[in-house]
Amino acid sequence: MSVIYNLRELGLTVDQLRMVESLTGSLTPDQALWLSGYLAGLHRGARSALAGEGEALASFPSTSAMAGASANTRSLTVLVGSETGNARALAKSLVQAAGASGLQASLADLAGYPTRKLKDEQDLLIITSTHGEGDPPQSALGFFEFLEGRKAPKLGQVRYAVLALGDSTYEFYCEAGKRIDRRLAELGAARIAPRVDCDVDYDKPAADWIKTVIAAIAPDAGGATSSTVFAKPLSAPAAVPVHDKRNPFAATVIDNIALTGRRSSKETRHIEFSLDGSGLSFAPGDALGILPRNDPALVEDILQTLSLSADAPVTLDDSPTSLGEALTGHFDISASTPRFIDRWAELSGASALAALKTGDQSQRAAFLRDHHVIDILRQYPVAGVAPQAFLSGLRPLQPRLYSIASSQAYAPDEVHLTVTTLRYALHGEARTGVASGHLAERVKPDDTLPVYVQANPHFRLPEDDAPIVMIGAGTGVAPYRAFLQEREIRGARGRSWLFFGERNFHSDFLYQTEWQALLKSGVLHRMSVAFSRDRAEKVYVQHRLQEHGAELYGWMQEGAHIYVCGDAANLAPDVHRTLRDIVQQKGGLSQSAADEYLGELQRGQRYQVDVY
Amino acid sequence: MHASATDRGRDRSQPLEKLGPDESLKARSDQLRGTILDGLLDEITGAVPGSDPKLMKFHGIYQQDDRDIRDERRHQKLEPAFSFMVRVRLPGGVCTPEQWLKLDSLARDYGEGSLRLTTRQTFQFHYVLKQNLRSLIQGLHDVGLDTRAACGDDSRGVMCSVNPQLSALHAEVYDLAKRVSDHAVPKTGAYGEIWYGEERKKSSGPEEPFYGSTYMPRKFKIGFVIPPVNDIDVYAQDLGFIASGTADRLDGFNVAIGGGMGRTDQAPHTYPRLADVIGFVPTDKVFAVVDAVMSVQRDYGDRVDRAHARFKYTIDDKGLDWIKQEIEERQGFAFAPTRNFSFVSNSDPFGWATGEAGRLHYTLLVESGRITNAAERPILDGLRAVARGKFGNFRLTPNQNLTIADVAPERRAELETILSEFGLAALNRQSGLRLNALACVALPTCGLAMAESERYLPHLVEKIEQILSKHGLFDEPITLRMSGCPNGCSRPYIAEIALTGRAPGKYNLYFGGGFHGQRLNKMYLENVGEDAILRAIEEVVAGFARDRRPNEHFGDYAIRAGYVTEVTEGRHFND
Repeated sequence: MSVIYNLRELGLTVDQLRMVESLTGSLTPDQALWLSGYLAGLHRGARSALAGEGEALASFPSTSAMAGASANTRSLTVLVGSETGNARALAKSLVQAAGASGLQASLADLAGYPTRKLKDEQDLLIITSTHGEGDPPQSALGFFEFLEGRKAPKLGQVRYAVLALGDSTYEFYCEAGKRIDRRLAELGAARIAPRVDCDVDYDKPAADWIKTVIAAIAPDAGGATSSTVFAKPLSAPAAVPVHDKRNPFAATVIDNIALTGRRSSKETRHIEFSLDGSGLSFAPGDALGILPRNDPALVEDILQTLSLSADAPVTLDDSPTSLGEALTGHFDISASTPRFIDRWAELSGASALAALKTGDQSQRAAFLRDHHVIDILRQYPVAGVAPQAFLSGLRPLQPRLYSIASSQAYAPDEVHLTVTTLRYALHGEARTGVASGHLAERVKPDDTLPVYVQANPHFRLPEDDAPIVMIGAGTGVAPYRAFLQEREIRGARGRSWLFFGERNFHSDFLYQTEWQALLKSGVLHRMSVAFSRDRAEKVYVQHRLQEHGAELYGWMQEGAHIYVCGDAANLAPDVHRTLRDIVQQKGGLSQSAADEYLGELQRGQRYQVDVY
Repeated sequence: MHASATDRGRDRSQPLEKLGPDESLKARSDQLRGTILDGLLDEITGAVPGSDPKLMKFHGIYQQDDRDIRDERRHQKLEPAFSFMVRVRLPGGVCTPEQWLKLDSLARDYGEGSLRLTTRQTFQFHYVLKQNLRSLIQGLHDVGLDTRAACGDDSRGVMCSVNPQLSALHAEVYDLAKRVSDHAVPKTGAYGEIWYGEERKKSSGPEEPFYGSTYMPRKFKIGFVIPPVNDIDVYAQDLGFIASGTADRLDGFNVAIGGGMGRTDQAPHTYPRLADVIGFVPTDKVFAVVDAVMSVQRDYGDRVDRAHARFKYTIDDKGLDWIKQEIEERQGFAFAPTRNFSFVSNSDPFGWATGEAGRLHYTLLVESGRITNAAERPILDGLRAVARGKFGNFRLTPNQNLTIADVAPERRAELETILSEFGLAALNRQSGLRLNALACVALPTCGLAMAESERYLPHLVEKIEQILSKHGLFDEPITLRMSGCPNGCSRPYIAEIALTGRAPGKYNLYFGGGFHGQRLNKMYLENVGEDAILRAIEEVVAGFARDRRPNEHFGDYAIRAGYVTEVTEGRHFND
């Protein structure tokens, strides 16, 4: 038996091994099953305290190990994908039939099923119809994508059966059911009963299938076939490396999509990174630092303008590298700086540049705004510049910080960002922001990017029962997504109110379907939106605040915590003024008393601002 | 399922819990109010919640979404691109130039610059956002139009033959169609409250004296036709009135009942059915007939199974004689014997026609009824110019085309100049097939569509035209109708060639419908793609070119040559 071998691989001590052997030898199947869940639970608890460990401990690779499990130890979920209602009706009869056999089944529609729960399922019965060319019901597309995608978990502990509905006059008959059946097996789940494919006259075969699966799951007197408990080989926990700004973690990109729809006037992206194995932990409100790389096309432009080769050797912090690598990964080659102007004035002898040094500072600032490094190189060409001399005028490429848009409790091994791609034209050329352009145009799933966590202790959720008011415009909504995910996992009961502003309802309602789901489930209590470009008169979040001033003041009086996130130049001052007006009007206070009121909130960490 | 005449187990006499869920929905809607007002104000979604989309149909509004980008938006964490289709109530399809100009500007402001002429002679706006619904409907109100009962379980838009040559008769029948529509639509104050912001009035009696709280079991379609052109497809109406008299004197109508197209694939108890002519009534009895026929269907129609709820099934379940007797009892008089009439076609007379008193009428082909400003052909701009010229009223034909009626002979050249300027003069130069082709909207906006229709028809027609040319039949008038689903908005089951969608790129193919709408067609191939469709059409077309008898129509030939068997009654359609 390979039990010993597997357990040894875990790095158990001899004593531990002996204890495990003596225990497994004496357990009944039910006991073994219960204990495995107990141990897995213990382990999960440990994981949430110490993030970044491996996979769950125990798993059951064979059905035989579970065949004797009594019904009340395993959960039973019926999942249904229905377009016309036939599958849903069958699922209801299935749940009833299960109940009649003493099985407690929960029924969920594939449409709203939280896919992250899949790995915790035990017995799974799935009924789905097929439409068009072998497609699942429209509402189940998300589930199929998850199941068939790379995020799907291993399902060694799951037992399942599939009932497929279809129409045999179609080429891809019952294809959706076949796809689920195939994929669950691939993921390691064990079939309870063979899949049954039903044509339009599905009544009889469906009823038979229901009987079969219920009989297979319902408690029966038949004894266990095996008491073997396998454990998955795990590497011994290594010392957790510390990743920070100096030693960033190479995070793999899992997803990189545009959140903004067609005809949007901007592009805002949602990017998911895997932190698996990083040991990084963060709280809602924290930021993620990412180290971008410059656009290779820009590097190429600069090299050509200077007539230099990418292979030219240079020294960086005493270590040798190539000029191409230095320009791509180590220096800011987009915006120019006073230092660069000075350096280039020396190298080029251009009096116009030299004059900027001594002249009016606002003139220099304007020049800097309009002239990137490449523009200065083109405008004031210098022949024969030495690579190292050029580099000495540049400043190091800085990491960029983005508010984290996910909660670690909700998505343990992931971190999500919400990033607007900065695009503009300068000297007739399309230009992009360094990091946002990198993320939008050059980072694909499975690529890695160096990241680290930047704590933000001044933007924190209060205790679970405190009300929160979250005010955000554009990507300023990102930390609120983390807040609400966290509150959902914690089962926090405090009320919440989200104010969100963007340009157009149709294309720019970032994370719209997620807010809708949170409103429906009651995690988010209210949402007020302002879309500034949908109508003739521009409406911003502060107008919505004003509109709801009386209620908002009520929330503040009841201890609500206020959060503001977004644009530093406009949003924060406008919102602050509006809040002061509200406090003044609704509280009947003088302006200075209203200032004092907000100051008091700030000092008590009840009014927190994260702007950029 | 097939009840005897006396079985009341599935109709309005039963308590709600024994009937289908839509019956409870209607009954509990507070006469079509539901929560529509609140839903319009919800700014987190572009949709309306719960069952309000169903109720809004009674107000002429369909919630839809752009299915082309549904998946893309789901990935983007955006809800579907919801918008609304708004269908105007335009009895008889008659529209003044002033109304046209308003419709044009509303389409530009709220409908992405698109107007759609329908197979029931009205306009549809597409892509209307929730926030613009009220502005649009109030704009229609400004020119005396509304969207009442343009969808829903009620009396839908009442049709009327276009027949421009018979102006006096048309005017009389049109006036009747309009009054019947006004008479038969729901009376609830919900419409004015929701769309015009009117105060709710305290009513002394019931708000819906005829409909009650559950309205009709399903839609109910009424149409008036003036022979010899069966342009409205009178046999496809629940209640059809066939005008009888002479050119200058209307005597009355032959009454036809029980037509309807919709069916469901793989559900043999559903089928298209052509109306039966049950007798003649004088003109002054029309309203009594409408009330009696609608009340029979209201009281006896199947309210358990919506797929089996149209009047055609009530008639087949109860028996035609029983139904006729029930109608006569309710209207208080018997039908006179049917008077003679005959039809020659159900298509439109394209180009110029001269009517009474030398007035001119111009009928223009509008492919699939779509009026937009496509780059190569700015139809929307062109027709706006025509409307600004005030040449005469517009008449929307049941074949999704447009007649500019009652043009003074001295202005003919002026109108032709405008038509040429905008490239509209060329629209009528088409094959006999294309001139007689219909397509419903289908993808991307219609929620029911399983396959393309409007967007695909032109491409398929082009390929069929090549076959027809090869066999010397390019100018042969053949009716071709395509629907994206089996419900049949384009009235496919009476076309000589028809296609109904099953899945993307897959259709059922039918042959053998009657050229003037007098006979159902029959399925020839099931669930097939374009190659199989073209092969089958080529085979029958080749035979037709070779063996046709003088004046024989394509549909008649397909039956005579044995490609399909003749369908004599709707209930045998699926045999």
